[in-house]
Amino acid sequence: MTTKGEKRIVSEEDKIFAKNFNIMDHPDIPTGLPPHLQLQRTRVLCKNDAPIHTASVSYSGAYNAVGVDNSVKLENFSENFKVDVIEISKDGMELTFDMIGIDAAIANAFRRILLAELPTMAFEKVFIANNTSIVQDEVLAQRMGLVPIAADPKLFEYLSENDQPNEKNTIVFKLHAKCAKVLTEQLIWLPNGSDLVKESGDSNSKPKTYTSFSRSQKESFPEFADNPITPSYPDILIAKLGPGHEIELEAHAVKGIGKTHAKWSPVATAWYRMLPEVILLGEVEDEDAERLVKACPENVFDIEDMGNGRKRATVARPRECTLCRQCVRQNYGEEVNKGVEEKEWIENVSLRRVKNHFIFKIESTGSLPPDVLFTEAVKILEDKCERVIANLS
Amino acid sequence: MEHGSFTNDSFASFTLAEEDHTLANAVRFMLNQELVLLLLSFNPFLPRVTFAGYSIPHPSLECVNVRVQTTGDPAREVLKDACQELMLMNRHVRSVFDKAVSEFKVEQARLAAEEEKKKKAEEDELKKQRDLLASMDIESD
Repeated sequence: MTTKGEKRIVSEEDKIFAKNFNIMDHPDIPTGLPPHLQLQRTRVLCKNDAPIHTASVSYSGAYNAVGVDNSVKLENFSENFKVDVIEISKDGMELTFDMIGIDAAIANAFRRILLAELPTMAFEKVFIANNTSIVQDEVLAQRMGLVPIAADPKLFEYLSENDQPNEKNTIVFKLHAKCAKVLTEQLIWLPNGSDLVKESGDSNSKPKTYTSFSRSQKESFPEFADNPITPSYPDILIAKLGPGHEIELEAHAVKGIGKTHAKWSPVATAWYRMLPEVILLGEVEDEDAERLVKACPENVFDIEDMGNGRKRATVARPRECTLCRQCVRQNYGEEVNKGVEEKEWIENVSLRRVKNHFIFKIESTGSLPPDVLFTEAVKILEDKCERVIANLS
Repeated sequence: MEHGSFTNDSFASFTLAEEDHTLANAVRFMLNQELVLLLLSFNPFLPRVTFAGYSIPHPSLECVNVRVQTTGDPAREVLKDACQELMLMNRHVRSVFDKAVSEFKVEQARLAAEEEKKKKAEEDELKKQRDLLASMDIESD
């Protein structure tokens, strides 16, 4: 202890120590966020009536006062980002995968692009030569528009108002049906363009059709030389005909995006949900455990034997949780019998969602496989960013 | 289109035409994440942005207004950097996704091949047993 007037000699080592001293290195000082804030930051708590803490804390300086960095800067992102493919269906048209370490804003951007901004081919103009069925022309045309076509839209160009329909931007199909059920397998691809003749004054020149194909699509697209373009599924019902009714039409498919009309959406649907997390806040034993296990329709809980004939409930399959909230309802949603105590179970089970873990499901209609669709969607978001950067420079 | 001040370029509103929530929310998120690295301070990361938000003036008009207010850097630069980071992030997502899908497909193919082998082995076993029984019958006759 120094008394007043005495000089204290500060050595060089002391000076270096003082310069490099950082209180956060001290082992007793807790680093990171306190657990309750960490919970708020990373989990959505699904309470009985509504979820709370749903907004993601995106500001990088949100926890600067505590010395914690809230950013997902590129290096952290590269280390922490993971994709796990869970399932690809047998026909390859449904894909389920997990994306971990990404924010909802970007996951939602991917979902929106999958639904609305990926191009596909769909029937836009339907030339009806003969329709004696009870299905009206316009209804028939609208139904034709919704038929999914198994053609890769990347091979084709957009058809704008000024362009002529040619082999690079139009696919022509013909339908001539007299049977009772008109299915998509009766749609025949015309690789040489339209057969319908446009009426023109000249009888000398070659008759003009509604498309001007310079060569057969079988030549311009070698992929289709041996496999003709067909609708994605052959058994889609287009119309039903009575005896003597006939439909004769020609349909032209062009490239478009879902924003203009939903028929151009390449996915039946694409959605994501956040990973559910079910936590038992206290011990649930014996009879209560049985009731809890019985209450859940998705079999999220399991019974575990503790020995001495006592049982305990554990969370076995949290991923299956659909947030039906039967496990937190009064009395598990069972009918209240007289004499049975009504209990509130909200304290025992905590239903949560992990904010940065998304279970994506993409169902493609058939034009492209779902993994290609997702890659294209990411590319489109990249292109949008590039366009903004180009406009700013 | 940038609406800002001639004297102070650290805050501005940008109008993005033909855009909607898809890009705007993603850019808003990246703007909020913008950081600059300082050395020798208690917290070495300093946020570059004090305010970042977007609004859609009318749903029928395809346009988005993005407002950026920064801690000194020109707003235009910060927006550009945010878009750049978003592009890099997308590229990374794409590469990780492609790798995961191809690994999964390889794994599926391997499992399918193993199943095939197992099935074949079982069938061969059954055949052997049947032949054995048949030969035993002949002997007994």
